[in-house]
Amino acid sequence: MKVAILGGTRGMGRAIARVMAARGDRVCLLGRQTDELEKSAADLDIRGGGNTGVTMAHCDLAEPSTFEPALATAQASLDGLDAVVVTAGVFAPQAELADDPEKTEQLLTIDFTNTILFCEAARKLLLAAGGGTLCVFSSVAGERGRKPVVLYGAAKAGLSQYLEALDHTYRQEGLITVCVKPGFVKTGMTAGLPVPPFAGEPEPVARRVVKAIDRGRPEVYAPAIWGWIMAVIRLLPRAVMRRIGF
Amino acid sequence: MAAASSEGTTVRSLEAPAEPASGVVAERDTTTATVAGWGRLAQPGRERLGEDLEQLSRSVPLMRGLGRSYGDASLPPPDRPVVAGTRLADRLLAFDAGSGVVRAEAGLSLGALNRAVLPRGWASPVMTGTQFVTLGGMVAADVHGKNHHVDGCFGRHVERLRMRVFDQPGDHAGRVVWCSRSEHPDLFRATLGGMGLTGHVLEVEARLSAVPSPWIWAEQRRMKSLDEVLAGLRESAGNWPFTVAWIDYLAAGRGSGRGVLFCGRWATAEEAPAAVPPRTERLSVPFVLPGWVLNRFGMRAFNLFYYLAQRPRKGTVHPEAFFHPLDTIASWNRLYGPRGFSQYQCVLPHASCPDAVREVLQTVASSGVPSLLTVAKDCGDEGEGLLSFPLPGISVALDLPHRPGTQHVVDRLNALVTAAGGRIYLAKDALTRAADFRAMEHRLDAFEAVRRRWDPAGRLASAQSRRLLEGS
Repeated sequence: MKVAILGGTRGMGRAIARVMAARGDRVCLLGRQTDELEKSAADLDIRGGGNTGVTMAHCDLAEPSTFEPALATAQASLDGLDAVVVTAGVFAPQAELADDPEKTEQLLTIDFTNTILFCEAARKLLLAAGGGTLCVFSSVAGERGRKPVVLYGAAKAGLSQYLEALDHTYRQEGLITVCVKPGFVKTGMTAGLPVPPFAGEPEPVARRVVKAIDRGRPEVYAPAIWGWIMAVIRLLPRAVMRRIGF
Repeated sequence: MAAASSEGTTVRSLEAPAEPASGVVAERDTTTATVAGWGRLAQPGRERLGEDLEQLSRSVPLMRGLGRSYGDASLPPPDRPVVAGTRLADRLLAFDAGSGVVRAEAGLSLGALNRAVLPRGWASPVMTGTQFVTLGGMVAADVHGKNHHVDGCFGRHVERLRMRVFDQPGDHAGRVVWCSRSEHPDLFRATLGGMGLTGHVLEVEARLSAVPSPWIWAEQRRMKSLDEVLAGLRESAGNWPFTVAWIDYLAAGRGSGRGVLFCGRWATAEEAPAAVPPRTERLSVPFVLPGWVLNRFGMRAFNLFYYLAQRPRKGTVHPEAFFHPLDTIASWNRLYGPRGFSQYQCVLPHASCPDAVREVLQTVASSGVPSLLTVAKDCGDEGEGLLSFPLPGISVALDLPHRPGTQHVVDRLNALVTAAGGRIYLAKDALTRAADFRAMEHRLDAFEAVRRRWDPAGRLASAQSRRLLEGS
């Protein structure tokens, strides 16, 4: 498989890139810092036995003008593209955003508007080449309106909705959309937050996501138990959600 | 919620104990954020994780890896209770398959390193008892393995370190330098075994060992007495690169001190299976065992069972099974119950053996705080690191469950070790007193001098350095 990963230098993207490179997939890392891209490419190459042919392309989720060139570079450097994975995004708890309109706008722009613009660019490119898989990290935070993630959750809810519709619209034409809804995973993004029960480690979560890509599952919770947890959360009455801090 | 509340809720008293007999005070506190070492002796504090070590290392007094040191070596000082965790910074940055020189971020684990390089004919030159240690931690503790008598500590194989240092008094965020045997050699030597107190290690460059196959040829033999165990270690040192012995000192009567001698070497290409060693599955201790489970009788039974189970055998084995047998069971540190444990590991010069070894074992055996697992290993020459642990002699490691009286046992052991001319391993220690450490560590002044040069404002510290060096 030939895959481009936006956010592949860190966190879940790094873990997915390692799992895919280890089994022989061709990986192109998309990111905004050249030195970080180079370090991660070296890491994948050494772990993969020294000749994995990892490539990279400059792409900044804050700069939509970089999206199409980055995807085109990825496609050219790998001589084709079967899948695009998006793990990049920003996180901030509600307490940090409540009185900071600038940060709020930044988070909403990156996690919703720009992520969708990137997906649109990927959709066009994959469909033009005859199809492929678009795997995007949304979040369980988008499943219910919850106190600690008012804005982040709203952005992810919108993103999940978009991804579902994308899958309904284009699967027939060959574009498979995989919406990943991770629960709490211990990565740099969640560093500093209190670790809840059922928190996952990056590597097992990455394996689950890669399996979902292989099978073309439109939606995947990871770790798996979060699917059951959210099934319960979705059923909680508003009166309860209003009371609890979750 | 069970998973969260079972971790990190034991808070060790930070006050000096009122009397030695009740040295360890534990209380339950579920509201404070705590941080703990492998021995699960928690203290208030927070671990800050991140992938960008340059950023992460700017404002913290200490960095830690996977937290496998047993006591308080990886815990922040009580007055600045934040420690930076490196384990997310785990990238391999450069590897020369011709020379075996590898460079990586400090948070890369030993296990991940070996999995990457073993299929290409290379291995870490030093293997610790667990693979869940980071390169940064291996440098900080200047770790040794079963091949110490041949290959020395990990520091011997380190070529260069990239570090954040705080030698400019006005510069709060410090600066990044490289050090090696030719560049800032004083900093380099003090950092090997310096327990993270000379600067924050960001990248490690080390020379790996070429191996004929990724498998191990191992042989194990039962030994009937302590004398036989120690003689077996010395004798096999000439023929085997990897040796270690397990001792059952809880057995009564003539069996006391019996053990099993494990020897090994990298298997030749002809002996080894064609396949690369597969990833091993791990069992787990699912919850913290009540403290009474591992009482004296339980431990004696375990040791007898273990002795009988270790039949003499030889053959090709998985490298992880040989080097890291305890990793088979995840979270085995929960075995010792809610009060936690540490280890007592000391090295005793050959001249004092076997008497000093026997005295150490008897002191623990008669103490009422018996050790589940006791391991002995002969050590080779002292390393370059200014506070590096091993010296030519016998190293003995015992688990120490924390109970009332454990402090007293450690005090007695330290007196024995000091008299014998030995020293303790800081990566295991939780209870040694400052005066005792100073008495056994004649290299301390030299270390402190380098530390003052590279950290004149005292920005770096750990809970352990506050206890042992700064004498709070």
